Amino acid sequence: MGTLLEIVGLTKAYPGVVANDDVSFNIGDGEVHALLGENGAGKSTLVKMIYGLVKPDQGEMVFGGTVYEPSEPQEARARGVAMVFQHFSLFDALNVAENVALGMAEPPKTGELAEKIRSVSEQYGLPLDPWRLVGDLSAGERQRVEIIRCLLQDPKLLIMDEPTSVLTPQEVEILFATLRKLKAEGTSILYISHKLEEIRSLCDEATILRLGKKVGTCTPREVTAAQMAEMMVGSELHRPEREAATPGEVRLALKDLSVPSPSQFGTSLKNITLEVRAGEVLGLAGVAGNGQDELLAALSGEILSASGMVSLDGTAIGNKGPAERRRRGLLTGPEERLGHAAAPNMTLTENALLTGAEREGMMSSGFLKWGKARDFAAAIIERFDVRTPGTETAARALSGGNLQKFVIGREVMQRPEVLVVNQPTWGVDAAAAATIRQAILDLAAGGAAVVVISQDLDELMEVSDNFAALNEGRLSEIKPAKGLSMEEIGLMMGGVHGMEVAHA
Amino acid sequence: MIYLEKRPQPAKALSYFTPVLAVLITMVAGGLLFAVLGKNPVEAIRTIFWDPVFGEFAFYYRPQLLVKGGPLILIALGLSLGFKAGIWNIGAEGQYIMGAVAGAGVALALYPLEAWWIFPLMIIAGALGGWAWAMIPALLKVKFGTNEILVSLMLVYVAENFLKAMAIGAMKNPEGFGFPGSRNLQQYPSAHNTEVIAGSGMHWGVAAAFIAAIMGYILLNRHMLGFQIRLTGEAPRAARFSGVNPGRLVLFCMGTAGALAGLAGMFEVAGPAGQITTGFNVGYGFTAIIVAFLGRLHPFGIVLAGLLMALTYIGGEAAQSTMQLPAAAIQVFQGMLLFFLLAVDVLTNYRIRITLGEAA
Repeated sequence: MGTLLEIVGLTKAYPGVVANDDVSFNIGDGEVHALLGENGAGKSTLVKMIYGLVKPDQGEMVFGGTVYEPSEPQEARARGVAMVFQHFSLFDALNVAENVALGMAEPPKTGELAEKIRSVSEQYGLPLDPWRLVGDLSAGERQRVEIIRCLLQDPKLLIMDEPTSVLTPQEVEILFATLRKLKAEGTSILYISHKLEEIRSLCDEATILRLGKKVGTCTPREVTAAQMAEMMVGSELHRPEREAATPGEVRLALKDLSVPSPSQFGTSLKNITLEVRAGEVLGLAGVAGNGQDELLAALSGEILSASGMVSLDGTAIGNKGPAERRRRGLLTGPEERLGHAAAPNMTLTENALLTGAEREGMMSSGFLKWGKARDFAAAIIERFDVRTPGTETAARALSGGNLQKFVIGREVMQRPEVLVVNQPTWGVDAAAAATIRQAILDLAAGGAAVVVISQDLDELMEVSDNFAALNEGRLSEIKPAKGLSMEEIGLMMGGVHGMEVAHA
Repeated sequence: MIYLEKRPQPAKALSYFTPVLAVLITMVAGGLLFAVLGKNPVEAIRTIFWDPVFGEFAFYYRPQLLVKGGPLILIALGLSLGFKAGIWNIGAEGQYIMGAVAGAGVALALYPLEAWWIFPLMIIAGALGGWAWAMIPALLKVKFGTNEILVSLMLVYVAENFLKAMAIGAMKNPEGFGFPGSRNLQQYPSAHNTEVIAGSGMHWGVAAAFIAAIMGYILLNRHMLGFQIRLTGEAPRAARFSGVNPGRLVLFCMGTAGALAGLAGMFEVAGPAGQITTGFNVGYGFTAIIVAFLGRLHPFGIVLAGLLMALTYIGGEAAQSTMQLPAAAIQVFQGMLLFFLLAVDVLTNYRIRITLGEAA
């Protein structure tokens, strides 16, 4: 087996941080190579250099035997490198074929292109109707658009950045079948992920990055997931622990909650009914965009509903705004840290005030007590080990993980009666994620009811007592989390989206 | 290649320095403009910036600084609240007119009664007049989602025509020999906005402006409402999450701006102007927008910026009369100030990097 891409000593520094430090590895012909590392380990920077989006400070690459120095993605594509990004660049208002045509230098007629898309989609088992509007597609289907867009270029190397974060387990299987087929045809794949089991089942070789440096290589099939995790994190992982508790009174109840989404391509909530008891953690899974944001907003009070649709400790609060709900003990943590959970340009003290003003006594008859706000911010920083120069630092200057610890900590430390969080450990390193999960479990042990909305199934299995999934704004049946199989979870999440098209 | 790189934190010190830098650049560019017009640039700049404060006739100009600065500061303080929250009230000129008409209306209706409560009543009427005029765009925005920029701006022209109708109609001086314009309130002791300290130029409106600056500072830095205003401007979604009611905030910010502009108009008509005339308004409501930004939307900054802007007015007039500079050149000069301020503002959030060779 020959070598397709040789990477020698790539280095890239940004002000204040070395994103990649002397990284070298090879990808062979027809090899599926995993790039493994925590958030912030430098995976994205590395693939951006391969794809010509970022120019390395030092080091060189050899592609197919000749020197490879792409100065822009077009050059990379011309050499046979294609990439599927984590965030899609598709236009909702155009159909699939039109979207694919937009990415091409000389697109054929739409009819011809649609035919091509159909034949590639059949050949690789990726069901997709070229005439559908992208705005109506699920996240998994959108990803197929991006993959097919790449496959039409006949790439020699396909780069995939965290492709499974938006897929149900069944969709992951379809994707893997496609990738294996590509590999059999001799296409090399660079597969970026931090999901260890996936890598073990798919990849031939793995390069592990930590803090910008290559810390090891392994053959994923031959090592355990725990061994890879240790290489990735650099220390042994602390697993959250909990004691089995008997659930108490119903604290949060949703009854037939139906609200329209405020945004055009959002998902409306349809007849959601659930109960969460004191001491219980309810895990809600779902592929992104199936009503998670709307559910959080309906609980935080940003979207109002009929008063009886949401009740807290028996009191109907569906028509009450965020301040009133917070006063009664219903606290929430939205997914988007910058701009929603926190104001980017404001200091941590001001951000502590953002939700804590009333419950933490930082305000008397409307006047602010800055000293108390500063103390509260300092207390959060201390307890959740937030790495920051101090309380007067702007929120946007913190790394994603540190800010996440701060905004979750801010809610946890206000002793909520009910806590609802959306993607509590998204983009957070493993150690910080463990801290956050432990805090959530401790809250439940103390008698609070907790709802965790997440796309990370491992996380949900770890913390939840009961489990349900959101699918197109509807809630599945709620089942005890213990003993659920991946198969069952996948079906709760809606199985495979858009499969009917393939058989049509 | 020159390109901009975002700073991890906005540079605090620079945000105080950029207004000074903007003033300096304006002087240079303004000097060039005057030179092209065939005037001596150094003399023009000196006439505008130096002479009114330290020159031979400073005793006359200095009180004028407060007279012109007072209404600018008062209006700009109100506007700054909305601007901080991303609510763009461009119609302060109209609110200023309506405040003046309401205040003068009270006085003219009571004339020739003499009583201590007339002036306080005029203050209330003036504030209410401006408030009510600002409530029109505010309510339309909250109820129907209209654009407050357009509605408030259009209402300026309505207010101007209303003013003209008053000056030649209902409020016309019956003893004025048919000339347009109301009675002169300076000759109506109970309604006259007198100087707090005689000869200083400091009338009650200027006093009100300084009080408003202090209250604005307290509101923004020590009160929840001020925090909510800043939060809404910084991150509207986070503000909603925090529990801010955006509609109520629009009503508060527009209402306060309208009331302060109305007050400014009332103090003006009862003091320096004296009467309702067809040309009563001279653009304070628009200039105050520049003042608000030049003052960094900070209450004390606005006080300084208001005085600086008053200086360009007074110095500009002096330059017109002594150097025959066209009035339009002075307006361009004032516009440059805002333009350069916004331009150098980039430096607080970005730093300039110059690299040789191609861009990465």
